[in-house]
Amino acid sequence: MSERFDKKPDELVQIDHKPPRKSWMDPKVEFRRGFFNYSANPKSVEYLGLPYARKWQPTDADWKLPPNWKEIILDGLRERIHRFRSLQLFMDICVRCGACADKCHYFIGSGDPKNMPVMRAELLRSVYRKEYTAAGKIMGEMAGARELTVDVLKEWFYYFFQCTECRRCSVFCPYGIDTAEITMVGRELLNLVGCDIDWITTPAANCFRTGNHLGIQPHGFKDSVEFAIDDLESIIGIKTAPSINRKGAEILFVVPSADYFGDPHYFGFLGYMALFHEIGLDYTFSSFASEGGNFGLFHSHEMMKRLNSKIYMEAKRLKVKWIIGAECGHMWRVLHQYMDTMNGPADFLEEPVSPITGTKFENAKTTKMVHIAEFTADLIKNGKLKFDPTRNDAYKVTFHDSCNPARAMGLLEEPRYVLKNVCNYFYEMPENTIKEQTFCCGSGSGLGTDENLEMRLRGGFPRGNAVKFVKDKYGVNMLCCVCAIDKATLPAVVDYWAGDVGVCALHELVGNALIMKGEKERDTDLRGEPLIGKEGGK
Amino acid sequence: MPIFEQGDVKIDVDEDGFMEEPEQWNEKVAMALATTEGVNELTERHWKLVNYLRDYYAKFGIAPMIRKLCKETGFSLKEVYEMFPSGPAKGACKVAGLAKPTGCV
Repeated sequence: MSERFDKKPDELVQIDHKPPRKSWMDPKVEFRRGFFNYSANPKSVEYLGLPYARKWQPTDADWKLPPNWKEIILDGLRERIHRFRSLQLFMDICVRCGACADKCHYFIGSGDPKNMPVMRAELLRSVYRKEYTAAGKIMGEMAGARELTVDVLKEWFYYFFQCTECRRCSVFCPYGIDTAEITMVGRELLNLVGCDIDWITTPAANCFRTGNHLGIQPHGFKDSVEFAIDDLESIIGIKTAPSINRKGAEILFVVPSADYFGDPHYFGFLGYMALFHEIGLDYTFSSFASEGGNFGLFHSHEMMKRLNSKIYMEAKRLKVKWIIGAECGHMWRVLHQYMDTMNGPADFLEEPVSPITGTKFENAKTTKMVHIAEFTADLIKNGKLKFDPTRNDAYKVTFHDSCNPARAMGLLEEPRYVLKNVCNYFYEMPENTIKEQTFCCGSGSGLGTDENLEMRLRGGFPRGNAVKFVKDKYGVNMLCCVCAIDKATLPAVVDYWAGDVGVCALHELVGNALIMKGEKERDTDLRGEPLIGKEGGK
Repeated sequence: MPIFEQGDVKIDVDEDGFMEEPEQWNEKVAMALATTEGVNELTERHWKLVNYLRDYYAKFGIAPMIRKLCKETGFSLKEVYEMFPSGPAKGACKVAGLAKPTGCV
């Protein structure tokens, strides 16, 4: 049954930072409603060919673990320590200086000491010490070592699914420890004994079954694109003609599936179509690679690789030259930081060159995949687009740097450059909440669902608070972002902490302002809202 | 697995109260599920929305995009929320017996 969240912001912000009396070594966790996610649906676990599919929930006393669960986890840890030098380094090198402690949105919003990144890592590190270090083996708890028990496993589940892998903490770590990598390994180990959450497993299974996380089948995808063509035509007066699965197109365009399903994502989808039509881009969608997002990243290295490969298999099959990727968050972490050694280099594709401006995208030389914000910024820089930014005058805009494009690929200036060209009112949030230091939406890495809403709102507090700041100071009423999870989850977060601020795609604002050849006089924006001065209709 | 029971309606549901076996859906089930979403009476307008969702689901195996739902039923998103306070996905889809959409939504 749906529950209404009735705690008020004033109440939620009363965060107690007094540490609990019990020692951190005590792993006992209380699974309170609003703070954890449901277990994976066994059908989805089986669909992915993963072990130990069963019905269980975190609140059950018995998680029905396989009898040799401990052996499986410890073998898994050993294997990963050998496989990832970074993991061994992160396990050994931390001096517990605490620079990361107050950088985590979940710690800021919850006050739970085990949400300090250093502490979260320590949950795994303590078991590592027990198994791998002489001091830990001999001195046990005195050396910070812990025995792996069922309660420790439950504690891992609780806290590794209370990390959004946003990597803000790693910006401040003097050693560059990447807590996301630790969380990823923690989740992988949990997966070995069939302990995943449904919001990750089911989208991943859907992606294999139908091509995308939502489970939209090819004919549904086609139906949605056709609807969007008609909808866009009614607004701009031009019939655009995107194609699906067209062999020989120059460019494969990959979007997150929420772009052709969710609100407000969809208005950005209209923006892409308008833009590509205006510049005459030779592109195709694919129903097989109808998902940019990669929930595999939140599951395991293997799953990430399997999902990522779909994009490249399709690029090969359709014989395109290169790929443009849309406004998606973690897709870009996978692309920028893992793809080359995982499924690449994609030598069968050409090095991306904009057919409109001739610009060579050097940074995408090996992945062959270019971020749409960069592609659009280049078009503007070369004077290929005409805009009427007054069409966005109803909006006072601020920009939320989505964690992965910002921190994992350094996409900081391009979206801002585009924004400044397409709207007249743009205001930055405080500098320690944007760019590399951006605060997470609080719902990334597969945690953007409903049952953990209180934790999401707590984690979203720093971002929501920064939005409130620019709302109060400049009258900001629109938060622009370039990630589908952001677009899905920030409306609730912003509504709760700031109120009366919308959320939109970058390319929604591009589509609004873009002056197109042969367009009709625009009365509304892409949402169908009357433009300022056109409120009375024609 | 949770079981939802009301009157002579008894169905398997997931943790959020969505139907596990959409084939078991019928009008009585819809009316019973509606009460869990703060809807005590299904009016003609409610049925128009529910039937549209059922029809789309039969063809495509998933809920339609929200924009399409609004345009083709003629209801604004605001009106959908007025009818189903927890919204099109959580409210209307649940009553229509559809699965909950997953991913970046």
